[in-house]
Amino acid sequence: MGAGDPAETFRQEAQELIEQLEQALLDLEQTPSDRDLVDSAFRALHTIKGSGAMFGFEVMAAFTHHVESAFDQVRKGKLQASPPLVALALEAQDIIKSMILEPDIDNSSREKALLDELSKLVSAEGETAKNGAPAAEAVSAPSQAQRWRINFSLARDALVMGVNPLLLLDELRSLGHCTVTALTDLIPPLAEIEAEGSYLRWDVVLTTDVPRSVIEDVFIFVQDDADLSISLTDLPGEGRLGEILVDRCAVSRQVVEELVAARPPLGEMLVEAGRVAPEVVKSALAEQKHLIREQVDSAKEAKSSASIRVPAERLDELMDRVGELVIVQARLKQLASSNGGAQFKAVAEEMERLISELRDTTMTIRMVPIGSLFSRFRRLVHDLGRDLDKKVSLVTSGEETELDKTVIERLNDPLVHLIRNSIDHGVEGAAERLAAGKSGEGEVRLEAYHSGAQVVISVKDDGRGLDRGRIQAKAEENGLIPPGAKLPDDELFQLIFQPGFSTAKEVTNVSGRGVGMDVVKRGIEDLRGTVDIGLRSGGGTEVTVRLPLTLAIIDGLLVRVGMGRYVIPLPTVEECVELSPQDDLRSTGRSFLSIRGELVPFVRLRDLFASPLPPDPYQKVVIVSLGDSRVGLVVDQVIGDHQTVIKSLSKLHSSIKAFSGATILGDGSVALILDVEHLIEWVMEQSDVALLEAGE
Amino acid sequence: MEVLTLGLQDDIFALEADIVREILDLVPVTEVPNAPLFVNAVINVRGRVVPLCDLRLKFGMERRPHTRDTRIVVIEVPISGEATIVGLLVDKVYEVAEIAADSMEDVPRIGLRWSPEFIRGVGKRGTDFIMVLDIQQIFAIAPRSVDLTAA
Repeated sequence: MGAGDPAETFRQEAQELIEQLEQALLDLEQTPSDRDLVDSAFRALHTIKGSGAMFGFEVMAAFTHHVESAFDQVRKGKLQASPPLVALALEAQDIIKSMILEPDIDNSSREKALLDELSKLVSAEGETAKNGAPAAEAVSAPSQAQRWRINFSLARDALVMGVNPLLLLDELRSLGHCTVTALTDLIPPLAEIEAEGSYLRWDVVLTTDVPRSVIEDVFIFVQDDADLSISLTDLPGEGRLGEILVDRCAVSRQVVEELVAARPPLGEMLVEAGRVAPEVVKSALAEQKHLIREQVDSAKEAKSSASIRVPAERLDELMDRVGELVIVQARLKQLASSNGGAQFKAVAEEMERLISELRDTTMTIRMVPIGSLFSRFRRLVHDLGRDLDKKVSLVTSGEETELDKTVIERLNDPLVHLIRNSIDHGVEGAAERLAAGKSGEGEVRLEAYHSGAQVVISVKDDGRGLDRGRIQAKAEENGLIPPGAKLPDDELFQLIFQPGFSTAKEVTNVSGRGVGMDVVKRGIEDLRGTVDIGLRSGGGTEVTVRLPLTLAIIDGLLVRVGMGRYVIPLPTVEECVELSPQDDLRSTGRSFLSIRGELVPFVRLRDLFASPLPPDPYQKVVIVSLGDSRVGLVVDQVIGDHQTVIKSLSKLHSSIKAFSGATILGDGSVALILDVEHLIEWVMEQSDVALLEAGE
Repeated sequence: MEVLTLGLQDDIFALEADIVREILDLVPVTEVPNAPLFVNAVINVRGRVVPLCDLRLKFGMERRPHTRDTRIVVIEVPISGEATIVGLLVDKVYEVAEIAADSMEDVPRIGLRWSPEFIRGVGKRGTDFIMVLDIQQIFAIAPRSVDLTAA
C-alpha cells in the first residue's frame, strides 16, 4: 500500500475476497458438510466486513455482519449449509459486491428483503439443527486453542496512509485472549521525530482457536509494508523466562546457555539432584532443537510463497522495455558477428543468453493459469441452469494451462457466449433428456491444453447437437448459401459464425439475438486465434478455440525472399531443406517435394510476393506444419533464428492476412511476420480462383 | 492556421501543423507484398512499425524515384476511430507557414488538377495557392481488399 487511494485498494482486494467467497459457496452447494469450505466462506465474509469498516464502507460492513453471523452459526454446527442458505448467501454476495463497487446504487430494499429471509431461515434451521445434527458436528469440531506470538511494526508512513493500529489491535482482541505489549525502543529523540511517523512496535500474545490465516487476514491491508511475524508457540502453560526469550529469538540460546552454564546447567542440576535421568535431558534438548528447526523451516516456507501485487501497466511497460532490449541485442549480435573481436563476441553471446532468459522470465510473469477464468463460469452455469430450469453441471479440466494475461481477459466474453449457447441451445430440458435415454443432468465441459505453440480451449456439451436442417434453412433464408446447396458438415457449421445468424426459434434473454457467434469469432480472431464448431462423436456440440501462447514476443526463423526479409514463427517450422535443381525445374506453380518418402506440397514465396529479382541459385524450402498437414515455403535464404518482438500492423494493413505483424531487425529495418495459416488459406483461395478462371 | 507546406509534383500542398509529429529523411523501407499500392510499405519510426503512404498515388500522380529532397512526414491521424501514426512520402518539405483562416476558400469545382475530395480548401500565400489536405478524408476510405492481380 505504498501509494494511492486506500479505498481503491480495498476495492481491489475485496474483489478477490468476493471471488473466494463465491467459490466457497458454489463448492458448498455440492458438499454442504465440508467444514473447510464453511471456514473459507466465513473468513472471506469476516475480512470483507472488517476491512470494509476500516475503509469507510460501514453500511456494507453492517450488512455483511448478518451474513457472517449466519455462517458463524454454521461453523459452530448450529446451522446447516442448506441449499436455501447458500442461495441466499450467493445473492448477498452480489449485493455486497454492488455495495463495494457501485456505492451510488441504492440496494436498501434488496438488503432488507434478503436479511428478512436470512433471519427466518436462521431461526427455522437453527431449531431443526439443534435437535438433529449437533452430535456429529461436535466430534469434528477441532477448536483447540493455540497460542500465537505476533510481532508487528507498521511502515513509517502508515499513519499518513490512514492505517489505524488501534483497529488492528482491537481486531486481534476480538479473536481471543490477547496480551499486547508496545515496544518503544525505536522512537527517536524528540528533535528527530516526524510528527506523523509510526515508530512503535507491538508484541502480541494471542490465544485463540482460529487458524493462522484468520490472524493474517487481520493484517491483510497492511502486510505489504508492515514488518509482520506470526508464530505459533506451543511452550507449556507456564513458560520459563529464558525459554520464552529464546523462543522469541530475542536472545540466542547460546547466550542463555552460557549464562546458565556459569551456574551448573539446569539439566545437570536436575540430574545431580537425582530428579531426572540424563537420557531424558538429552532427548529434551533434542526436542528443543527440533522445535527451533521447525520454526526456521516454516519461516522459510512463508517467505518463498510470498507474492506481491503489481499494477498491470507496469508489467506492460516492463514488456516494452524487454522488447526494446531484444531489438538492441539483435543489433549487437549483428555488429559482433560482422566486425567484432573474440572478446566482443563473447560478451555479445553472454548478453544474448541473459536477455533471452530475461525475456522468458518476463513472459512468465504475464502468464496466468486459465483456471482463474474458468472459475468465473461456475456461477454463470449455476445461474443459467436456474433461469432456464435445466440441470447443468460444469466440468473443467486443464485449469493450470497458462496463457498471457491479456489473452485471458479478452477470452472472457467469447467464452461466456459459448457457454450460454451450449446451455440454451445445446443442453435439453430434463424431461427431453430422460426421454432420449440420457441422464437428467446436462454437462458442459470446459477444457484447456497446450498443443505446440497454441493453447486449445474447447467447450463441449452433451446436448442435442447441431441441427443440420435448421442451419441449412436459416442460411438459405439469410442468403448465405443458394437454396438446395449441399455443403459438407464443417462448412455448413462454420456459417453459424456469420453475423446475424441465429436458429433459436424464440428470442430468450440468454441467447438467440443472433449477435453471439459472430462476436465470438471476431473476439477470437482479434487474438490471432481460430474457432471451429462441430458435432461430438457421442452426441452434443463441441466448439474448439485455438490461441497463440502470447501476443508479445515469439521465436522466429528469419528468411529472405528477394529483397525482403520475413519471420516465420519457429514453433510452426519443422525443418529446412534445399530445393534441388530437379525439383525446382520439374515444377511450375504449386508443386510437391518428397520428404523422406512423403509428398509435401510447396509454394514459392517469391511468386506470392511478386519479387522482381531473379531467384538465388540455391533456394531453400522451409517446411512448416499446419495442424496435420505440412507445407513447404520456398525462400531465397534462411538467415537464422531471431527473437521476434511482435509489433502490430496498422489498420491500413489489416486486410492483408498473410502477415500477422512486423518486427524490427538488428539493422533497424522492418521485417514482416508471416501468418502461415492465413498465407496458405490465401494461396488456396487464389488457386481456386485460378482454377475457376481456367475452367471458364 | 499553422500549416506545414510540402511539394508534390509541381504544386504546393499543406498539412495542419498540429498533426505533424516529425519530418524524417528517407529511411530503409520494407515493402508489404500485395498491399494496396498507396500503402505498400512500412518503416521503423523510433521502434514503431509505421505504414508509409505515397501521397503522390492518392492524387493519381505517377510514382517517381526518390530524390535527395524526398522526405517522410510522420503524422498522427484517426483511422476507424484509432489514433494511428502514419508516414507520408512527399517530394519536398518547405516550411511551417501561417495561413489566415479568412483567406481560405472552398475547393473550386473545376480548374483543379487533383481529386478535390482530398482537399479541404485552398489558401493563398503571396501569389501562391496552397492546397490544404483533408487528411481525415484521405484515410477515411478503407484500403480495398487484397488486389489479386497485383500478385
